[in-house]
Amino acid sequence: MIIKIYNAYMIDPFTAKEGKVDLTIEEGIIREVKFKERRTAPSLKSQILQIDAEGLYLFPGFIDMHAHLREPGYEYKETIHTATLAAVKGGFTTVCCMANTNPVNDNPEVTYYILAKAKDEGSCEVLPVGAITKGLKGEELSEMALLKEAGCVAFSDDGMPVMNSLVMKRALQYAKAINAPIISHCEDINLTEEGVMNEGKLSFYLGLKGIPAASEEIMVMRDIILCKYYRSPIHIAHVSLKSSLEIIKRAKQEGIMVTAETCPHYFTLTEKAIGNYDTSAKVNPPLRNEEDKEAIKIGLKEGVIDVIATDHAPHHEDEKNVPFEEAANGISGLETAVSLSLNLYHEGVLTLRQLVEKFTLNPARILNINRQGIKEGAEADLILVDVNKDWIVDKNKFASKGKNTPFHGWKLKGKVLMTIRGKNIFDMREE
Amino acid sequence: MKDLIGIKELSRAQIEEILNTAKAFKEVLQRDIKKVPTLRGKTAINLFFEPSTRTRTSFELAEKRLSLDVLNFSVPTSAVVKGETLYDTLKTIEAYNVDYIVIRHSSSGAAKFIADHTEASVINAGDGINEHPTQALLDAFSILEIKGRIDGLKIAIVGDILHSRVARSNYYLLSKFDTEIRFVGPPTFLPSHPPENVKVYYRLRDGIKDADVIIMLRIQLERQKSGFIPSLKEYYHFWGLKKEDLSFVRDDAILMHPGPMNRGVEVSTEVVNDPRAIILKQVTNGIATRMAVIYLLRRS
Repeated sequence: MIIKIYNAYMIDPFTAKEGKVDLTIEEGIIREVKFKERRTAPSLKSQILQIDAEGLYLFPGFIDMHAHLREPGYEYKETIHTATLAAVKGGFTTVCCMANTNPVNDNPEVTYYILAKAKDEGSCEVLPVGAITKGLKGEELSEMALLKEAGCVAFSDDGMPVMNSLVMKRALQYAKAINAPIISHCEDINLTEEGVMNEGKLSFYLGLKGIPAASEEIMVMRDIILCKYYRSPIHIAHVSLKSSLEIIKRAKQEGIMVTAETCPHYFTLTEKAIGNYDTSAKVNPPLRNEEDKEAIKIGLKEGVIDVIATDHAPHHEDEKNVPFEEAANGISGLETAVSLSLNLYHEGVLTLRQLVEKFTLNPARILNINRQGIKEGAEADLILVDVNKDWIVDKNKFASKGKNTPFHGWKLKGKVLMTIRGKNIFDMREE
Repeated sequence: MKDLIGIKELSRAQIEEILNTAKAFKEVLQRDIKKVPTLRGKTAINLFFEPSTRTRTSFELAEKRLSLDVLNFSVPTSAVVKGETLYDTLKTIEAYNVDYIVIRHSSSGAAKFIADHTEASVINAGDGINEHPTQALLDAFSILEIKGRIDGLKIAIVGDILHSRVARSNYYLLSKFDTEIRFVGPPTFLPSHPPENVKVYYRLRDGIKDADVIIMLRIQLERQKSGFIPSLKEYYHFWGLKKEDLSFVRDDAILMHPGPMNRGVEVSTEVVNDPRAIILKQVTNGIATRMAVIYLLRRS
């Protein structure tokens, strides 16, 4: 099969090339990337799929370095099959899956299982993240080197922090030897106590127990100190606070090997989204204040935040249709993340190039994964995006089993129209 | 109004209407025959997920005085034993075709959750640390009865404000009047971000000075175990209202407590016996106030 994409504006951080192109893909391999000045009319050959991409953008397939695919163990929430479909619909061709499955991905058998499932039933590439500690208990290191060998690209106890600093120190030391980053969920669970939302005036008003900002800040600080001492890279997951950003910014200025990610909900929503106990806005770390939201945007603009990840956390309806305090944490994010992020481009916070880097080049570098980008001879791994298309989020149309989104009914600007990965084409133009 | 979920959703006019109606019901309760036929043929269910004797009894009596048929549905829950979901319990109860659901639950927002999912009128009898609106209404009724007004008063709320739904509901109610509200207690029991219209005191005597009303909160004994205070003895020494403190209380002040009291923790026996204490009056007024709330739902 031959695919020809005409007149697309390509931005590829991997090859550092940008411009208007005609692209030919043959049997899943990019045959020609032709830069040009003018618009070309598609030819009339009928045996090839022709796409006139005038006004559209062509980017390398996006990488989501933080998602929960729930398999094995929580197939009622999500499966690798449904999550990877959601991923390609949302513009992601690579997804990293966190280790808090059941059983936990703390031994190579689980890693093999995930990779086999992804190969058989997946629509995109799945890169497992191994557990830092056995059973995510924060006590003993998991077999990190064996996990790496089995295919894990990074390590994280995401969902649970590694509270013991000695354990975290050893994990960082060990990770350095096997060239895999530690992704840290920064939360002091003692300070969090029984908190269910951001601590502040609103938590008092709603009568909900608050999670203090210090809970995140302290652990960001601790991890950076460890990272500095042991010269081992650390990646801070889902940054939600202005104060965390200030710490990360200072560390980067000192040359400490720290990188950071945030998620679309932290630069789109504030704690006010909880409104009258709306469980779809219950997430950990919790949604914060206007000041934090604006600071996250500045952090993205200044490069303090390297990556935008989804923290895709699908849940079953029954886990959200309960009183707020009892509801599960998390937002189903794969199918809205790119559109919500494009809003940063429309608002003038990020250039398209910067935005694309945060979804492609930067996560690839942090994870040490090789991506060729859009060039002749490379396997096709790209997305076609209409940055101006208006559409309305309908959770019932999600490919993900997780319909838990606070963005249901939102009108968004910008949509992924097509995802091509090798010979697989996912066409969302009609949706 | 279909439900009473919290004071924060009420206007001052709605609060005053409830208080006026309660006054009329209090007169009924002083008659020889205390029952009115107002709601005959209607059914109320008291759905309690937390152990409660006083509030449930008070509601039950209020319902019976209004000639409602009353069902009690107690569901003791623990974190370990997970039974059916709240949603399923509610749907079961709805199938009984009840008109009023009085709910107490350990999760903040539970009353709102119930109200959103049923046609019946829902009355919040306490949800987590969020609200206990009928307690605040009966407190206001009691203050009004003695002081003749709420505007212009200085009210000190003493104790574990952070975990108290009584404190929150009282705060919202008093904020709708022209009052000075004080939170008094150890910092671990006070909100880290108190509302702007509240004065915070760490010393008991500073907090109760010149106060017209002092509301003491029940200290949940498990709070000591979770590390909020080092010991009950120390709490009593610094924040319990004791005989020695009474000389710092205005002569015309009133002393209140939502019950049940811990003597020797938040109050001493001398305080309970002081003529300024109106703790039992609060209990009596609770019935009239709850009758007023039930009576007014779906009417105004």
